[in-house]
Amino acid sequence: MSQGNTMDDNEWPLYEVFIRSRAGLSHRHAGSVHAADSQMALDHARDVYTRRNEGVSIWVVKSSEIIASDPADASAFFEPAADKIYRHPTFYEIPEGVENL
Amino acid sequence: MYTQGLDQKGENAGRRLDDAGLLAAFQARIDAEEKIEAKDWMPDAYRRTLIRQISQHAHSEIIGMQPEGNWLTRAPSLRRKAILLAKVQDEAGHGLYLYSAAETLGTSRGQMVADLLSGKAKYSSIFNYPTLTWADIGAIGWLVDGAAIMNQIPLCRCSYGPYARAMVRICKEESFHQRQGFEIMLMLSRGSAEQKAMAQDALNRWWWPSLMMFGPGDADSKHSAQSMAWKIKRFSNDELRQKFVDVTVPQAEFLGIRVPDDDLKFNAQTGHYEFGEIDWQEFFDVLAGNGPCNRQRLEKRQRAHDDGAWVREAAHAYAEKHGQRAAA
Amino acid sequence: MTSDQALTRYLLRLGDNALILAQRLSELVASGPELEEELATANFALDYLGQARMFYSRACELEGAGRTEDDMAFLRGEREFENLLLLEQPNHHFGDTIVRQVLFDSFYLLQLEALINCGDQGLADIAARAHKEIRYHLRHSSQWLVRLGDGTDKSHARVQESLHRLWRYSGELFDGDAVDEILRQEFNGPDLVSIREQWRAGLQTLLATATLTVPEDQWMDSGGRQGRHTEHFGYLLAEMQYLQRSFPGASW
Repeated sequence: MSQGNTMDDNEWPLYEVFIRSRAGLSHRHAGSVHAADSQMALDHARDVYTRRNEGVSIWVVKSSEIIASDPADASAFFEPAADKIYRHPTFYEIPEGVENL
Repeated sequence: MYTQGLDQKGENAGRRLDDAGLLAAFQARIDAEEKIEAKDWMPDAYRRTLIRQISQHAHSEIIGMQPEGNWLTRAPSLRRKAILLAKVQDEAGHGLYLYSAAETLGTSRGQMVADLLSGKAKYSSIFNYPTLTWADIGAIGWLVDGAAIMNQIPLCRCSYGPYARAMVRICKEESFHQRQGFEIMLMLSRGSAEQKAMAQDALNRWWWPSLMMFGPGDADSKHSAQSMAWKIKRFSNDELRQKFVDVTVPQAEFLGIRVPDDDLKFNAQTGHYEFGEIDWQEFFDVLAGNGPCNRQRLEKRQRAHDDGAWVREAAHAYAEKHGQRAAA
Repeated sequence: MTSDQALTRYLLRLGDNALILAQRLSELVASGPELEEELATANFALDYLGQARMFYSRACELEGAGRTEDDMAFLRGEREFENLLLLEQPNHHFGDTIVRQVLFDSFYLLQLEALINCGDQGLADIAARAHKEIRYHLRHSSQWLVRLGDGTDKSHARVQESLHRLWRYSGELFDGDAVDEILRQEFNGPDLVSIREQWRAGLQTLLATATLTVPEDQWMDSGGRQGRHTEHFGYLLAEMQYLQRSFPGASW
């Protein structure tokens, strides 16, 4: 993600670019472009990030519209999930001879 | 690459006592080869060093379009024209990936471009040399991109995530750049006497500036230690330069053209080539603005910026008028 | 003129149009209004260049005289090139580039559309490929025309002026000759009269959206199809052909 602070009034806003590389995969963050409007942002994303056939679909979203978790909260956000080992199949012991489980 | 190891303004200062804990934790993450991401805490000096290095790198890509762009309209075959155009376009793309990475650190492209145009920001001096013949296009691909790749590959493992990711992409895309340059040199060196002379002349002019691309020798490069500790830099300037000479000299021999260095010789004991003294005065002169094309390169960029002002303004006005989703 | 000769010449004209426009666009590298736009321009140039190579190769194949795409591009003289005059006009500002793109591409797209069903499979295949590329060009350039036309007073005035300046070269887009006639009759080629109507209708809608006025039909320049160029063309060619002319027979 980028934190663009515009310097002059005519600097075009920043858009984040997400590309689906082929059907069946999710869109993935590729980088950012500057554009005056959303259609231009799509064109720019196409020209900057798909010159080598890297995509079948593009999303652009204004960088300022992205809501991100705060790294300072990372431990509160993510660590509580770390000790829920019973959510993983390897937690369970299956007696030998039982199949298809 | 193209950063030329100029990020040497002693950025290891600025450590305040209350940051000591954060700093230690930060260094521990770096030491554990963890990537630092945009919103993570980082020392100011780390941020500033990266902004300077990444933007220098981006500027170099953008200015670097010009010497090769100089031959686009004169490329000697349609195939060569298409390859060169794709390469020059890639350079614009790479500049954009890098500006995009730098913007994650809180600067803006507008600010970076303003610094380039005002002369405050540097770019690789190699692009201040002129491309005089078609062979120069071969020499740039072979030598300049060769040196750049040498420098860029370690940057793919740089501690700052967005920079490392941009470099992975750039390295992948640039792999054809050096090859097309070598191919041009090969065609020339197997061509007529005139073409062969053209190739030799290009090597004569581009060899030493290419060696300078790695920046000052380690003894004169103050910043290196901190950048190494932060894992922004992985190898020293001299190490990379030696590696470049070692791989390039046999290629020149294959082409049948002579590296313009009377002191060049292979040391069988070390397994490395020994080479002559670099003219650092020339390096610092060009860096200070006194190269053949410094002024011309910046003027061209300035002109594009000025000529485009009404266009950027119009697009901005249109978007204001019609809302961001608009446009035909 | 046999029908194969006409087809060869038609292919050469398509190649010339694409090459000369690619050449003009590649002059614009490193001088766009914004970096992203420089990539767009380079993409356009690459598309036209690729098309030129395909058209030339097909023409050479039909001609059967052993000439290559490079012979066509680098070893023919001024009078042998039969591109449209519009495409050889020097670049001025970004507005001129956009207007040139829109005027040509909106014609070229219709031309290609018709050629997809033409009687020569080689040409039809190239047309199908090029059609996709040009559809994107036109989308991009049309959006820009609207932004400039409906942007600021300054941009409106500038791009309106570009339109007036380049309009005189739009007449010959539809100014067919015997070659076009043979293409239409014997190869199911484009009908320039109906293309002209579609072109005008499309352009009128676009210009209205862009708040621009369609220039009144004035005196129209022509001569491209006869290899009678504007003075700019000789310089373009001199620059483009310089290496091949200086070192005859060399390989690059």
